[in-house]
Amino acid sequence: MDVLVGGVKEALRLLVAGDAEVWAILRLSLIVSASGTAIALLLGVPAGASLALARFRGRQLIVSAVNTGMGLPPVVVGLFVTILLWRSGPFGAWEVLYTPAAIVIAQAVIAAPIVTGITLAAVQSVPAAFRLQLLGLGASRMQMTWMVLREARLPMLAAIMAGFGGVISEIGASMMVGGNIKGSTRTLTTAMVLETGKGNFDVAIALAILLLVLMFLVNWALTAVQQRA
Amino acid sequence: MRTLAGRAFAAVLLLLLVALPVAAQAPSRTVILSTTTSTQDSGLLDVLLPLFERKSGYAVKAISVGTGQALALAARGEADVTLAHAPSVERKYVDEGKMQNRRLVMYNDFIIIGPEADPAGIKGDKSTAAALKKIAEKSARFVSRGDKSGTHTLELALWKLAGVTPAAPWYIESGQGMGATLGIADDRSAYTLTDRATALAFAKRVQLKTMVEGDKPLLNIYSVMEVNPANGPRVNAAGGKAFADFMLAPETQAVIKTFGIDKYGQALFVPIAGKTDEDFK
Repeated sequence: MDVLVGGVKEALRLLVAGDAEVWAILRLSLIVSASGTAIALLLGVPAGASLALARFRGRQLIVSAVNTGMGLPPVVVGLFVTILLWRSGPFGAWEVLYTPAAIVIAQAVIAAPIVTGITLAAVQSVPAAFRLQLLGLGASRMQMTWMVLREARLPMLAAIMAGFGGVISEIGASMMVGGNIKGSTRTLTTAMVLETGKGNFDVAIALAILLLVLMFLVNWALTAVQQRA
Repeated sequence: MRTLAGRAFAAVLLLLLVALPVAAQAPSRTVILSTTTSTQDSGLLDVLLPLFERKSGYAVKAISVGTGQALALAARGEADVTLAHAPSVERKYVDEGKMQNRRLVMYNDFIIIGPEADPAGIKGDKSTAAALKKIAEKSARFVSRGDKSGTHTLELALWKLAGVTPAAPWYIESGQGMGATLGIADDRSAYTLTDRATALAFAKRVQLKTMVEGDKPLLNIYSVMEVNPANGPRVNAAGGKAFADFMLAPETQAVIKTFGIDKYGQALFVPIAGKTDEDFK
């Protein structure tokens, strides 16, 4: 129990004292995961919407693949992204392995199927009659898709929350492609593993509390937008 | 409704703008150091790397993994220089030409710790081999890292020295780092092999006591090796050599000599620049 109490005290101390390293880690985690989620949105929303509205051969296969991808293990993504970004790999010339950009890439890959899957379900939940009505009123296909997405915006915000929550809390990919480098690619979760390994349980607990608070604040803001709309 | 969509779009744009400078950070003049978790967990790298970066102008990316992985990455040319502590494995890589210019940097020592009850009766033994033999004879629980790390490599060499093939159920493989392994050993009232630095860091959390120490095979020797530029297309040979030279420079060795005294009351490493394997036979 003393470990937990010590951890809470340490968390408060780190926050109040404005520990520069902790703030830098917090900022990096937020920026990296927000960027990863943003890229996932740019890819996942169009993909999910087209999958929901289009009918073609093999569609069910792709939808199943997307649904499987929603549970893509971060460590698997980390492994493949690492190999692709290796100096000896196909994207070695980019020299982005062990940089924040590598984590953004890996997290975008993790979040994209989540966003795609939820978008797909959200758009499909909009009654088909609504779509036909729009087309009947003379809307173009683009306009119709836009209206349907607007109709589905509540579950779409859930897609952002699920995607962001998934990537900011993952550890496997961040550790492998980022390398947990001090002052560069150390995120809240990789720092937590490191501090636990060092036996600094109070700092690890402090970081855990910060992660939970950060996730809560982001979800709170998104929920506020969602419920007001 | 239009404003909501507009706002969401603006938010995404803003995020991308904020993220771009991070993503575009081009790594120029960087040295990739592949090393073991112990150098990072002890906090030594946090002290040495900023010194090197200031002196040399290189930025270092230190990838802390097990010794096995650290050397494997270097052999693929994914790193420029390696700091490891598994002499037998290191020599193999040097013989194969994957690593070059292996030089001893420092040592710390390993200890065998175990439950106070000491079921195998090894407390105070001078010979590690004899102590391990007793553990095997009594089938007393022993937790192994089992992760091909430098510590694990040494442990296997010690079992060989004792002439024992450890086996389940008394031999438990954790597959995790030293800290986690200490926790498991403590929980199962088992013996384990640990480096002194990690044992000191965990002294407050773990009830296990020092059983065997000071034996010559328990010395944990760290070497620095440069990666052969032929291993891969983008090896920074000059940067790797600069880091290796830095580790052996008198000023760096002086920092190593006093590292840890302020926190643990004793130094964690002994600098040995200029010495060779022969000196520790």
